[in-house]
Amino acid sequence: MLRDVDFVLRPGTIHTIVGENGAGKSTLIKALTGVYQAESGTIELAGERVSFDHPSQAQDAGISTVYQEVNLVPLLSVARNIFLGREPRTRFGLIDLGTLNSRAAEVVAELGIDVDVATELGALGIGVQQMIALARAVTTEATVVIMDEPTSSLERREVDVLFGVARRLRDQGAGIVFVSHRLDELWELCDEVTILRDGAVVRTGSMAELDRRSLISAMLGRDIAEHGATSFSEAPETESTTAEVVLEATGLRAPGRLHDVGITVHAGEILGLAGLLGSGRSETVKAVYGALDTSAGQITVRGSRIRRQSVPAALGAGVALLSEDRKSEGIVPELSVRDNIVLAVLSRVSRGGVLSRRRVDALVDRYIDRLGIKLSSPTQLVSELSGGNQQKVLIARWLATEPSVFLLDEPTRGIDVGAKQEVQALIDELAEKGLAVVLISSETEELVAGSARIVVLRDGEISETLTGYEVENSRLLAALVDGGAASDAPSAEGAPCPDDAGDRA
Amino acid sequence: MKATAATASAPVKRSTSLRKWIADYGVYVALALLVLVNIVITPHFLTVANLRLQLIQTAPVLIVALGMAMVIGTKGIDLSVGSVMALSAAIMPLYIGYGTLPAILVGIVAGALSGLMIGVLVSSFGLQPIVATLAVLIGGRGLANVIGGEIKNLSDPGLVSLGTGSVLGVPYSVLSAVLLVIVVAFLMRRTTFGVMVEAIGGNRRAAELAGIRIRSVLVTVYVLSGVLAAYAGVLVAARSQASDPRTLGLLMELSAIAAVVIGGTSLSGGRVRVLGTVGGALLMQLIVSTLVSHNVADSISQMVQAVVIVVAVALQVGRRKS
Repeated sequence: MLRDVDFVLRPGTIHTIVGENGAGKSTLIKALTGVYQAESGTIELAGERVSFDHPSQAQDAGISTVYQEVNLVPLLSVARNIFLGREPRTRFGLIDLGTLNSRAAEVVAELGIDVDVATELGALGIGVQQMIALARAVTTEATVVIMDEPTSSLERREVDVLFGVARRLRDQGAGIVFVSHRLDELWELCDEVTILRDGAVVRTGSMAELDRRSLISAMLGRDIAEHGATSFSEAPETESTTAEVVLEATGLRAPGRLHDVGITVHAGEILGLAGLLGSGRSETVKAVYGALDTSAGQITVRGSRIRRQSVPAALGAGVALLSEDRKSEGIVPELSVRDNIVLAVLSRVSRGGVLSRRRVDALVDRYIDRLGIKLSSPTQLVSELSGGNQQKVLIARWLATEPSVFLLDEPTRGIDVGAKQEVQALIDELAEKGLAVVLISSETEELVAGSARIVVLRDGEISETLTGYEVENSRLLAALVDGGAASDAPSAEGAPCPDDAGDRA
Repeated sequence: MKATAATASAPVKRSTSLRKWIADYGVYVALALLVLVNIVITPHFLTVANLRLQLIQTAPVLIVALGMAMVIGTKGIDLSVGSVMALSAAIMPLYIGYGTLPAILVGIVAGALSGLMIGVLVSSFGLQPIVATLAVLIGGRGLANVIGGEIKNLSDPGLVSLGTGSVLGVPYSVLSAVLLVIVVAFLMRRTTFGVMVEAIGGNRRAAELAGIRIRSVLVTVYVLSGVLAAYAGVLVAARSQASDPRTLGLLMELSAIAAVVIGGTSLSGGRVRVLGTVGGALLMQLIVSTLVSHNVADSISQMVQAVVIVVAVALQVGRRKS
């Protein structure tokens, strides 16, 4: 997950770690805070070599973490939370509530947080709770504070206060790691930046010297040409517009996530769906698949409308979705490869609910063979396979449903280069045989090489559609960077952030 | 802070294969050892009468545990089974006038309805299984007391023969337990239902996205558990020729969970081991009877059972980590 990552956090700086999903941000943070143990490498804190077997050891050493989800005690008061485990005591060893409350009140007043410290924490908004978590970090004199997506559920006003607190902590000499998908915030707050991609550092340095365009390019890995050659065949721009329309989705809306998104896919066409994290690309395919609650929208497959919004209805109409999150939404780890493959077609390989060994084996063998899944036996547990082979098992699961539309959300993420090329070639082949494919990828090269058309999403809306000669890497990058009203210049004025919805697991 | 050349991967997979083997097959080894020990130290152990008795006493626990294993397979738990046993045994005598079979059926329908209610609460209203079934654990026994009142003597000849009769020397209760083991094993291994149960327990979201109708599978599982518990209640009442709603099936939920877990079914769901459950039920029965026949106090016997359960769960936890 991480390959040879060097990361230096200086005291008195705010340092951001950026990268697309799966780039290794969370893994790095978890390695630093003792949640995961690095296989190799060292961590030094203030010049001394440390190693954490457990998150509590990292905390004791002065590394404080503020997560998106606040890990404080909701039923205790603000004051109790700030001093949790370090409460001032009376002579009898009891908690000195008077001193506790007055000291807590001083702390929050000093930080500019407007809250009554006697309030139960759980009664407060999530933004205030996060600030209390920060206040706690201030009082513990943490030397390192890690803020993982603290702003994702905050309003602008709360963000300002939070940033004020963060700056104060920095000025006290703390080193702060700040992670956010709202790119504009980075220039506003951060001094230094480390960009991760595929588990490796692609760039590190001063935030001010980096413009939005280079940041996104580095994040998406524009210059992966050396080894990033994809296996999509050239010239996919067939006259697909004359082919039959297989999928037509119009007016998809989901509160806070999708605002009137519509896509059309023809037989034999690969439609690319691009957008930064949180732009609504995964939400769009989930909505088509009936796996996301939508408030409006119409989905038509091969001319017949899907009336009920549900997964079985979509499957029945010939839609299949390879979900982005293989682990939590795809693989059933304790089942065999065989059972994982037939999971979506149980009714077809059984009679009266009784599995037909013959039909199961025939189907499973066919797809293992066709996709070149490497295993010792179909009864092997799927969790014992490599990432690439697990992905192939999932592709087999969906192909077995004989879909008319195949929605592929990041089909090549987290699998090795060889498997990646095989998967890409397979997608190509499927489209050639007439399948309508929707391809989502964070890798612009993959999208450009694979798709005939690319729909660019931003903030839950379609910002641009690239067709024909426009399907080209620099055009796509430009669309991702400039799409909509945002400018190239770093904005400090809290422009509507491009990625405030969805996509985060 | 400085991190140099950190190469991290998600928690390292280490195969603790011996541990896994013990978790999977330890129950059979333990059972075999205990049988051997008994042959040596317990007089009259290897007599037909004794083996018969052991099996008769195991049958109700085993039948309840079969339903429990399926529920646990979906990552649920069913604490209601003991009260459902009492309920079906309390209702049955009221209808004995219509004949043995109708009375038994009414008892079983009561179990099915209780399971249906739990299933709907869990799958449609999102109640946690432990809460929904705990409610029935308490309320069900209350209802059984209201219906059954005092201890009732059951002298219906049909029931008496169910409780004490046998075919070719095999008691009806044991015979039906064996048949149910075969049925449940078939359900789990050879039907789409079995795959769906394990898929829901293993990764509910993935199962949902594969088009599996989670609700109906969950409702079915709880109904099956209720039916099996109700039938076990009938068996116990028939054998003792009495129905006492205050004590019948008391703490049965714990014995059943113990049998399932000792048999290698993980409490975290995702797999159902039917044969292991048989082994678990037999092992618990044999431990108790061994201690009893050597005049060990009940309280000690309970502590020994507790140790066995803890060891079994510890092995499960170890496997999940590996």
